[in-house]
Amino acid sequence: MLYREAGDFKTTYAKDQQTFPITFDRWGYFLTIAVAVLVVPFMLNDYWTQAVILPFLIYAIAAIGLNILTGYCGQVSLGSGGFMAVGAYASYKLMTAFPELNIVFVILLSGGITAMVGMLFGLPSLRIKGFYLAVATLAAQFFLVWLFNKVPWFYNYSASGQISAPERSLFGFAVTGANANPATSYLFCLGFVFVMAWAARNMTRGANGRKWMAIRDMDIAAEIIGVDPLKSKLTAFGVSSFYIGISGALLFAVYLGAAEVGEAFGIEKSFLILFMIIIGGLGSIFGSFAGAAFMILMPVLLKNIMVGQMGWATDLAAHFQFVIVGGLIIIFLIVEPHGLAQLWRLAKEKLRLWPFPH
Amino acid sequence: MKLTKLAAVAAAAMIAASPVLADLVFPSLDYRTGPYAANGIPFADGYSDYFTLINARDGGIGGVNAKVIPCETGYNTEKGVECYESTKGEGALVYQPLSTGITYQLIPKATADGIPVHSMGYGRTSAANGKVFHNIFNYPANYWNGASIAINHILAQEGGDIKGKSVALVYHNSAYGKEPIRTLEELSKKHGYKLTLLAVDHPGQEQKSQWLQIRREKPDYVLMWGWGVMNQVAIQEAANIKYPMDHFIGIWWSGSENDTVPAGAGADGYKALNMHNVGSDYPLYADLKKHVYDAGKAAGAGDQAGTVLYNRGMYAAMLAVEAAKTAQEMHGTKDITPAMMRDGMENLVIDEAKMTALGMPNFGPSFSVSCENHGGPGLGAVQQWDATAQKWSLITDFGPSDMEVIGALIAEDSAAFAAENNITPGCN
Repeated sequence: MLYREAGDFKTTYAKDQQTFPITFDRWGYFLTIAVAVLVVPFMLNDYWTQAVILPFLIYAIAAIGLNILTGYCGQVSLGSGGFMAVGAYASYKLMTAFPELNIVFVILLSGGITAMVGMLFGLPSLRIKGFYLAVATLAAQFFLVWLFNKVPWFYNYSASGQISAPERSLFGFAVTGANANPATSYLFCLGFVFVMAWAARNMTRGANGRKWMAIRDMDIAAEIIGVDPLKSKLTAFGVSSFYIGISGALLFAVYLGAAEVGEAFGIEKSFLILFMIIIGGLGSIFGSFAGAAFMILMPVLLKNIMVGQMGWATDLAAHFQFVIVGGLIIIFLIVEPHGLAQLWRLAKEKLRLWPFPH
Repeated sequence: MKLTKLAAVAAAAMIAASPVLADLVFPSLDYRTGPYAANGIPFADGYSDYFTLINARDGGIGGVNAKVIPCETGYNTEKGVECYESTKGEGALVYQPLSTGITYQLIPKATADGIPVHSMGYGRTSAANGKVFHNIFNYPANYWNGASIAINHILAQEGGDIKGKSVALVYHNSAYGKEPIRTLEELSKKHGYKLTLLAVDHPGQEQKSQWLQIRREKPDYVLMWGWGVMNQVAIQEAANIKYPMDHFIGIWWSGSENDTVPAGAGADGYKALNMHNVGSDYPLYADLKKHVYDAGKAAGAGDQAGTVLYNRGMYAAMLAVEAAKTAQEMHGTKDITPAMMRDGMENLVIDEAKMTALGMPNFGPSFSVSCENHGGPGLGAVQQWDATAQKWSLITDFGPSDMEVIGALIAEDSAAFAAENNITPGCN
């Protein structure tokens, strides 16, 4: 009744092609943005920011990045953790080498460096596909972690091999370091998430996104109709790594503050991000957010229910958490193999017909 | 409808905080799961049981109930941050994360929040310089002391001259394992031994190639900076290649029953450092039995009493309780804040009379903490495993470390940290 196209007349092509063609959707989107910008910063405390919101926002960027590569272009990658490490170490080197450089440019440049590394490791994708490509990217993961552990230049020859983010501020507000206000770091990350999600959504609707999807659906057919596989695959690797690099830089600089590569950017991280996009939905920006929310919020929620509310022993709760999250993943994949994004799509389809389904 | 209800329940569960109590709060960032659980469990049990005893026997610290809030970190830094943020609002007095990685995360955060961190024998070694690290303590000994004590033990065994000898370091490839490298390098310049570095990646179950190298190169001594499952595997591998076990020395985190028992008779003679005494032959254990074990209040499965790491957890809790008592005396109030707790830690004095009064005579070295020295005296002993008796025993006294070398390194590293973070070193 409320959620419908009827009566909503589009008079220009621009209006006809907008991301949210349904008025209700559009308002929902504006409202979400308004709440995220105007309301949430005033409700945040340290715990909410550090334990829930920041990791969610940062992993959402990583999930969008991997979704561009795997969901839209069909190239499976297990190197996300390694690429996040590139972003983190690039931001550390930039921050310590150029203390005057604005933190926004540090993060963007880290993304750029990661994009180049990603394209380098994307080269094998021109020859190999599927599982074989997954193994090649797995090599990238292990190689990068080994590199950052092995070469002391990357961690400025510190005794422990740890990197820690110095304090940097934007417009006079600290965004990295321990003195950062939760609202500031939240808004800083939110800004990145908004711009990058918006760019990803429009990129995937445009010529580039169509080329990626053509390659994903059938690379030979795509080549025949004139899509250059070299260019499309490498742009996908580049754009995807740019996103993942930015998320790695934010994870290190804004969220963790200190990191060591084997622990913070190990193979578990690659799998975590892959699970996010599989559960959220391949080839969907909304799915990236939903998947990140599921994988980040669910363990915290379960822990708070089991330990905080029910008073269980912490080890029992930690083990049960594995069981429940694992079980939920299996259930989701059986009930809806296309992820949370497909559930969302179906719900919207049903809403359009409600209350008169035929 | 169902979804909104679910969301509401979820939101409520996330917001819900425990009721506000005027307890003295000691969060325990422990790990009873994952590849490091074998070592995390006894420490957590000891830590928790000591507070249970203080509450049951003495009615708390100075009459105020002590509350331990356990939080499972799994030795993972992100979960550690989550644990820190979720417990700090409850009035946490001191954090003992039992993980060098988490300690590194907490140093800036806890400093900004004004909550002290006690990384007993782990963490960032240069935190011993209290003029730079106001809120961070690592008494009674740190990794660099450990490295030096191990080399001193080798020196003693070799009659004072180790020129031309070779020493291999098998280390966990993380901040924890890399900490002693600088010190060992400096000491090798001084004593003229050859140092080989062998990194083992997390979690440490795969060490075949490292031990193959040891078998080939036959270093005169092997030092180990291992934790969790890595310890058991290393000791087993050393036994497999028949490496002389009395030439294999672990840091204090690589010397507990859980590390040596799996290797059976092969582990006999393996050495490790320790910063406190071993065994359960103390009057305190009688109290523990009466007030905690027999009362059914023991933490965990209750089967760890008397083990090396259980004693260490208890020792950590004892030092925290004594610091809290010191803080109560200093500030003349029972209800201390984290800032007062910090003062208490900085003025902590542990001597033989105090330990005897607590029922732990000769349990650890006597020491006092000051603003200049948050690291204590840096004394350590060597313990050896007896596989037939299935127990550890100290084979040396608590000996000193080479503070000349270590002091210079601490000054250098803490100065670098101070410069990076715009800290003006000083004692208030």
